[in-house]
Amino acid sequence: MKITLRIWRQPDRDAAGAMATYEVDGISPDMSFLEMLDVLNEELALAGGDPVAFDHDCREGICGMCSLVINGLAHGPEALTTACQLYMRHFTDGQVIDVEPWRATPFPVLKDLVVDRGALDRIVAAGGYISAPTGAAPEAHSVPVPRKDAERAFDAAACIGCGACVAACPNGSASLFLGAKITHLGALPQGQPERDARALAMVEQHDAEGFGGCSQIGECTAVCPAGIPLDMISQLNHDVLAALPRGKDQRG
Amino acid sequence: MMAVTAARRRATGSSTALHGLMAVGGIIMVLFLVAHMYGNLKVFSGQAAFDGYSAYLRTILEPLLPYAGALWILRVILLLSVGAHILAAFVLWHRARAATGGRGGYRYLSTANRRGVQRSYASFTMRWGGITIALFVIYHLLHLTVNVIAPGGASESPYTRMVNGFSIWWVVLSYAVALAALGLHLRHGIFSALASLGANTSTTTRRRYNQAAVLVTAVLLIGFLVPPLCILAGWVGP
Ligand code: HEM
Ligand code: SF4
Ligand code: FES
Repeated sequence: MKITLRIWRQPDRDAAGAMATYEVDGISPDMSFLEMLDVLNEELALAGGDPVAFDHDCREGICGMCSLVINGLAHGPEALTTACQLYMRHFTDGQVIDVEPWRATPFPVLKDLVVDRGALDRIVAAGGYISAPTGAAPEAHSVPVPRKDAERAFDAAACIGCGACVAACPNGSASLFLGAKITHLGALPQGQPERDARALAMVEQHDAEGFGGCSQIGECTAVCPAGIPLDMISQLNHDVLAALPRGKDQRG
Repeated sequence: MMAVTAARRRATGSSTALHGLMAVGGIIMVLFLVAHMYGNLKVFSGQAAFDGYSAYLRTILEPLLPYAGALWILRVILLLSVGAHILAAFVLWHRARAATGGRGGYRYLSTANRRGVQRSYASFTMRWGGITIALFVIYHLLHLTVNVIAPGGASESPYTRMVNGFSIWWVVLSYAVALAALGLHLRHGIFSALASLGANTSTTTRRRYNQAAVLVTAVLLIGFLVPPLCILAGWVGP
């Protein structure tokens, strides 16, 4: 396959960027999107140029590092698929493909297609944990978890923290990510003691990072590779609104 | 690298809380619209019934409250709802612009998939649609409540004001355009309000709420459109 790429190039955080056009030939339909970029980068390196910087790690859809907006869509055109799990057979020979970084004010571009997603880490640091005494792992049956709650928590825990929801949201909101994190712990008995404090602290951090609010448009769920459902945002709204009149510091 | 971030805004001022406020204001406005539609339909019972209903609204809870007292209480609740709704809408609009470099859903250079994947027309016209509704409401109040604009002729009788106004085609047309904007606003807004208040609990609920939003919107649109159309057609007259 022969592909024409229009890629966002930006030397560093403070420099201005622009789209640059490249042609790559000899692409196999069985290559992943990232392998296709590897081919381009080898050619660029051999020619003495600067390879295109992009984030990636596991390349199997579980780490959440890859972060490409492909033809205007976060993670590209396939549903429930990260950019690393997207294959070139989903494109046509001779196609022109635009590749841009996640765009949101809280996600500054560091270089080319790499953005700083530390804002998501800081949201988790604000409350995405439970306080438990350390020691040996507790007996699994010591705290019974109803099956329904366990499944809900598992569904929420599927979030890989990639930030595609932010990249796709017309409001630049990280509510789907936040909803997944709040639902994950809020569904489990172990998460109850800090449930109110967690919801308030995490939503405050979310807003302080500069993410927008959720107006239930649902673009996030359309691009989320983990299938996090929109109702987890409503769960977050529920937990925050319920915690507000009760106040926060039962954490002590 | 764990950078220190700006001071956190209190959760009471969070976008989530503002959406809750906007949703409560929106729902109060929807309830008002249901009552308003019911009143309009009294036009089919004739002038005496319609004007009588209008007069009755001013005497609710008399003599416990003074003349028009209950009506003014309802008006104040409604005004507060409208004010809170609009204030929240503009603050959230501002935050969304700040989060996206002012470009919202159009911040990518690629011209492919400009409309996103699945967002509805209703969901991304909430802001300009809301402004359209606000402008219409001002015109509507000037026309039928205070009667300073009086197409077709002013009158002391609310029934005559209504019939005079809606006998004119462009009055009906402007009213229909505003209703279309309201229809889009509520099609998304009713679902969104329920979700903002934390009531959307599953994919099934999401579908049910969306169906409910379509149903309520359709009832309101039909209920509001039928009287003016009948007046224009000459079936309801002076
Ligand atoms: C008066 C002018 C109005 C303006 C400027 C306005 C503006 C808006 C905006 C901008 C939104 C969505 C904003 C966002 O999600 O970020 C919204 C949502 C909504 N609007 Fe309005 N609106 C107006 C009138 C109305 C009226 C008359 C009703 C009902 C009768 C209504 C009901 C709703 C509802 C239920 C929502 C959803 C609330 C939520 O998402 O939490 N609005 N409005
Ligand atoms: S909710 Fe989905 S899109 Fe958002 S960070 Fe988690 S996995 Fe990525
Ligand atoms: S590289 Fe790990 S999810 Fe794509």
